[in-house]
Amino acid sequence: MLPIVFEWHWDIGHFVFMGLFYAALTVIGLGLVVAFRSTMKDLNSGKDPHDLGHH
Amino acid sequence: MDDSKFWPQGVKRCKPGMFIAWLLLPLALGGWATLSAFLCLYKGLNQTNMNDYFAFGVWIVVDLAIIALGAGAFFTGYLTYVLRRHELKNIINAAVIIGFICYSGAILMLGIDIGQPARGWFGFWHANVHSMLTEVMFCITTYAIVLIVEFVPLILENRQISKVPDLAIFAHHLHRIMIVFAATGTFLSFFHQGSLGGMFGVLYARPFAFRTGYMIWPWTFFLFILSAIASGPSFTTLIVMWTEKMSGRQLTSHSVKMLMGKISGFLLIFYMVLKTADTAYWANVTLPNMGLTMGDLYKQGPYGEWLLWVELGLCGWLPAIMLMFQKVRETYGLLALAMILNCSGAVFNRFVFTIQSLAIPVLPFENFASYLPSWQEWGISAGVIAYGLLLFSLAYRYLPVFPQEAELNK
Repeated sequence: MLPIVFEWHWDIGHFVFMGLFYAALTVIGLGLVVAFRSTMKDLNSGKDPHDLGHH
Repeated sequence: MDDSKFWPQGVKRCKPGMFIAWLLLPLALGGWATLSAFLCLYKGLNQTNMNDYFAFGVWIVVDLAIIALGAGAFFTGYLTYVLRRHELKNIINAAVIIGFICYSGAILMLGIDIGQPARGWFGFWHANVHSMLTEVMFCITTYAIVLIVEFVPLILENRQISKVPDLAIFAHHLHRIMIVFAATGTFLSFFHQGSLGGMFGVLYARPFAFRTGYMIWPWTFFLFILSAIASGPSFTTLIVMWTEKMSGRQLTSHSVKMLMGKISGFLLIFYMVLKTADTAYWANVTLPNMGLTMGDLYKQGPYGEWLLWVELGLCGWLPAIMLMFQKVRETYGLLALAMILNCSGAVFNRFVFTIQSLAIPVLPFENFASYLPSWQEWGISAGVIAYGLLLFSLAYRYLPVFPQEAELNK
């Protein structure tokens, strides 16, 4: 048992299934952290939103 | 009341009174859905016409259909951000909003379908890793998070919200790393679209749905992915075309719509070749190995072989061939017709796998089972349409969804 997966079993099914699930969540979470950090950095350095260009 | 300061820069919208009058339609449907949801949650699933034969009903048909049609979001995102087809940036915002509506609508609907939404988290905590549905549940909820992340920058680009520097900079940085979210969304979508099909293909005791396959994946796994990515871009384009007709304004250039049609057409041809081969193998090898013929499965009830011809012929090969011709793609009406047929084919496919599979008897003492949804079931289904109309109308009015709109309507 793992604290975040109640019925954890040490088998390939759980490794693949839960591994991919948490990998996807980690990528999304890290993406958001990068966006937050870059925003804070730009705000602290006094950058104007208009200088950043348009998408 | 003047809300023009919230409209996107350089575009015109209808008067607030007319907009509110239009919103009465989704609000009325929403009222019906709210009453239906209340009854289902308060009194229980006895408010539906589902029973021991039909554990899946119209809600699952609508769920599967909108998840397939919402695939335009991930596939257009994949083409735009990962394969760098920059011309699709003119339609990607609409694709993301439609995808968000489809997925969040499906999740809301499933919240009613499971009977006790407060226990919805059980599936995550007690995950059955051998279940296709567990994989679907994980991927759909995670992909819904991706869609929220993709939708947020568009909301932050509202003319008034973007005046707040913190939010404008955050939106910029989310855009900058959108390729990460687009790639994650593609990965998640491929698997849950596939597992929705795989769920039917592994039903060994239901010969109508059962398919052979490759390793642990039945052929329906791959076919559901293909039909979703073939119909999703068509559905996105159809909604844009419909919005153009409703608003009287051109929102994207016709070349963008033609490109979406071409993508849909090529994918639909590929899907139809494999789907036809799969059906032929199922009819001539899989069913005889189970002691059945195809005629055995179409001889009772209203679901005759005509349904197969409608799905594969009228709503399959016909739009696939139509979309291959540039002349068809160049003509607004014909392009819309081909796309309507394409999307209808995906809906028919989800209908037959869900309802027809359950209606056909599998034991000698069983009879053909019939099912018609109750008004509460229709109410919840109408609620998803109401939710979509409401959200897309608000997004179109207040968010810069279509980058070409100002230029095309000068």
